[in-house]
Amino acid sequence: MTNTAISIENLHKKYLLKHASNKGYGSLRDEISNVAQNILDKIRHPLASKQNFINIEEFWALNGIDLEIKEGEKLGIIGKNGAGKSTLLKIISRIAEPTKGRISITGRVSSLLEVGTGFHPELSGRENIFLNGAILGMSKKEIRQRFDEIVDFAEVEKFLDTPVKHYSSGMYVRLAFAVASSLDPEILIIDEVLAVGDAKFQKKCLSKMGEASKSGKTILFVSHSMSTIASLCDRAVLLSNGKVVADCAPSEAIMQYYGNGGMSPGLVDYQSKGPGDELVRLISAKVHAMNDDGSLTNDFFVNQDLVVEMTFEILKNSETKFVPNFNFHTSDGVCAFFVHDTQKRDYKQGVYVSKCHIPANLLNATTYFIGVAVSSYYPSVRAHFHDQNSLSFNVSDPMDSVPTRPETNIAIPGAIRPNLQWSTQRIGE
Amino acid sequence: MKSNKIIIESGRIESAYWKDIWKYRELFYFLAWRDVLVRYKQTTIGIIWTLIRPLLTMLVFVFIFGKLAKLPSDDIPYPLLVLSGMLPWLFFANAFSEAGNSLVNNRNIISKIYFPRLIVPLSSVIVSLVEFIISSVILIGIMIYYQSIPSFHILALPIFILMLFAAAIGSGLWVAALNVKYRDFSYVVPFVIQFGLYISPVAFTATLVPEKWKFLYALNPMVGVINGFRWSLLPTSMPLDLFSIAVSLIVIIFLLITGIYHFRSVEKSFADII
Repeated sequence: MTNTAISIENLHKKYLLKHASNKGYGSLRDEISNVAQNILDKIRHPLASKQNFINIEEFWALNGIDLEIKEGEKLGIIGKNGAGKSTLLKIISRIAEPTKGRISITGRVSSLLEVGTGFHPELSGRENIFLNGAILGMSKKEIRQRFDEIVDFAEVEKFLDTPVKHYSSGMYVRLAFAVASSLDPEILIIDEVLAVGDAKFQKKCLSKMGEASKSGKTILFVSHSMSTIASLCDRAVLLSNGKVVADCAPSEAIMQYYGNGGMSPGLVDYQSKGPGDELVRLISAKVHAMNDDGSLTNDFFVNQDLVVEMTFEILKNSETKFVPNFNFHTSDGVCAFFVHDTQKRDYKQGVYVSKCHIPANLLNATTYFIGVAVSSYYPSVRAHFHDQNSLSFNVSDPMDSVPTRPETNIAIPGAIRPNLQWSTQRIGE
Repeated sequence: MKSNKIIIESGRIESAYWKDIWKYRELFYFLAWRDVLVRYKQTTIGIIWTLIRPLLTMLVFVFIFGKLAKLPSDDIPYPLLVLSGMLPWLFFANAFSEAGNSLVNNRNIISKIYFPRLIVPLSSVIVSLVEFIISSVILIGIMIYYQSIPSFHILALPIFILMLFAAAIGSGLWVAALNVKYRDFSYVVPFVIQFGLYISPVAFTATLVPEKWKFLYALNPMVGVINGFRWSLLPTSMPLDLFSIAVSLIVIIFLLITGIYHFRSVEKSFADII
C-alpha cells in the first residue's frame, strides 16, 4: 500500500509581470503600440539588444518543487499568502500548465478549489446540483444516485425548485459543499473550502472530511486553519517563495510556519505613518507577557498573563469621547472576544499608551489575531482607526496547567478556554 | 485499479485530448442545457422571443428592400427570399457571438476546474442551434402560405447546415481564444455581426453582385452557405452557384482547422490570463 499517488519533480511556474504583458490580458492596442515602439527603437538604435526596451518582471510562483505523495496520505500544504500553495494545486489539477518540471498522477483526481464552481444564480437548487456535479466530473447517473444524500446534507429540501439567487448565503454554501462532498475520487485536492458556512455546518464539513480521510483517499489540503491541518493531515509541507522549506509532521511544519515570520509578529510600529483620521492616529501596538524580560516573542503559554497595548496620539483637543479597544480573532476567522477601556477618560492632545491585561488561563491553545482600534461614541459612533489583524500571537499548552487533564495532544475546542470556578459535591448515594 | 496515469509537463501535447472531450461529453450536455435554460428564465413569453426577432427583421427587410428598393428576387416571394437567408445568418451571428464570449463568460469554471476547454465554445453553439430549429417554424409557415414546395434539392440541405455549423464554430473558436487575451474582441464581434448582415446576401440575392467581384464576395463564408440554403429550399430556376460555394467552403475549412489549431495551442494558458 505504499504506491506513489502523485510524484512531482522539479516543478517551476513562472508568471510574467509587466505593463503591456505577453501573458496577462492587456489590450490589443498595447501590443500594437509595443510592436511599433520596438520597430522605432530598432530603427534608431539598430545595434541595441532587445532586452533594453521590454520591461518584464519574472515572478516564479513555484521554484523547484519536489514531492512524493503516497497513496492514502493526507498532505497539508501551508505557507503565507503568495507562497505558491494555490498555484501548486492548480497545476496538479491541470488547470494551469507548469513552466518546467513534471508531475505524474495515478488515480482519479477531483479538485475542490472553491465550493459552488459554476453555480448559476438563475437556476434552481435541483438544476444546480446536476450542473455543479457535472462540472466536478460526476456522471448524470452518479448524481442521480447521490441526489437525496446531497439534498439531505445541505438541508434545502424545501427550496429545491427555487433559483439559488434567492438562497441565503448559508444555504448556498451548504448546497455547494454537499455536492462537492459527494465526490468519490481516489485523490482529492482541496483549497480552503472549509472556511465557509456557520459553525454548525463547518463542524459537519469537518466530520465529512474526517470520514473521507479515513476511507483511504489521498488528500491534498491547503488551508490557513492550522488546527484543521493538524487534525486532518498526517504530513505537512511548508512552502515559502515557491520552495518547499519543510516537509514533516504537521505540528512541526506549523511551528516552523510561525517561527518563520510567516505571520505578522507580536509588535507593530508605524511611527508617524499609522492609520487614523484627523483626531487620532495609531503609533504602535504590541503583545507581550506580563513578566517578560523585554525579549520579542509572540509565542506564549496558556497559563501566562499577557498584556496587549497600543500607543496612539490624540492630534487635537475635542469633545469626542475616545474608547480604545481590541478585538481577538482566531485563525478560523471567528471573533473570540472584544474588549474596550471601560473607564471614562478625558483625552487632551498628546500621546497615550493604553494597556489591557489578559489573565492567564483565558485563551485557548491556538493562534490569535488582534485588531487594534480607537472608536468614539460621542458625538457620533465612529471608528477613528481599526487596524485589523494588526498583531498575532500563538498560545500553546505547556500540558501542566490543569491537573485533571490527560497529557495528550488533543485540542480543546473553543475560541477561549477560561479556568472557571467549579464546585462539585456529593449529594446522594 | 491503476487504470489512469496522468503526466503533466510543460508544452506536453495531450495525446488523449479528443478522448478527453468524449469523456467530458456530459459536461458538454450540461453546459448547453444550462445555457438554454438560462436563456428564457424570468421572461414571460420566453421562447416566443426567438420567433419575434427573425419575423420583425424579415418584415422590415421585405419592406425596405422588396417594396421600397424593389430589388429583384428571381420570381421568389420576397419574404421567402429574406427568410431563407435570415435563418442561417441569425444562426451564424448568434453562434459566433455566443462562442466568442463563451470562455470569458465561463471564466469562473475555467480558472477552477480542468476539462478540455473546447467544450465551452462548442456547447455555447447549441443554444443558437435550438433557436435555429425553433425559428425555422416561421420559414415552414411562410412556405406553406406561399404554397412553395421544395424540390429534391432539399436533400442537399444537411450539407449546407454542416457548412453553416463549421463556419460558426471556426470563426467562434478564433474569437473565443483571442478574447481571453484581448478583450478588444468583445467589441469587434458585434461590429462584425452588424456589418456582416449587410455584406452577406441576406436581404437580396447574391446574383446582384457583379461577376468580377464574385470571388472576393464569396470569401465571406456566409455567401456560399446562404446560396446553398436558397438553392435547396426555394423553387428557384437558378442553377447552384458552385463557384461561390466552393470558395466559401475553402474559407470555412481554413477557418475551422486554424481555429482549432490556434485554440489548442493557447488553451493551456487560459487559466493564467483569463
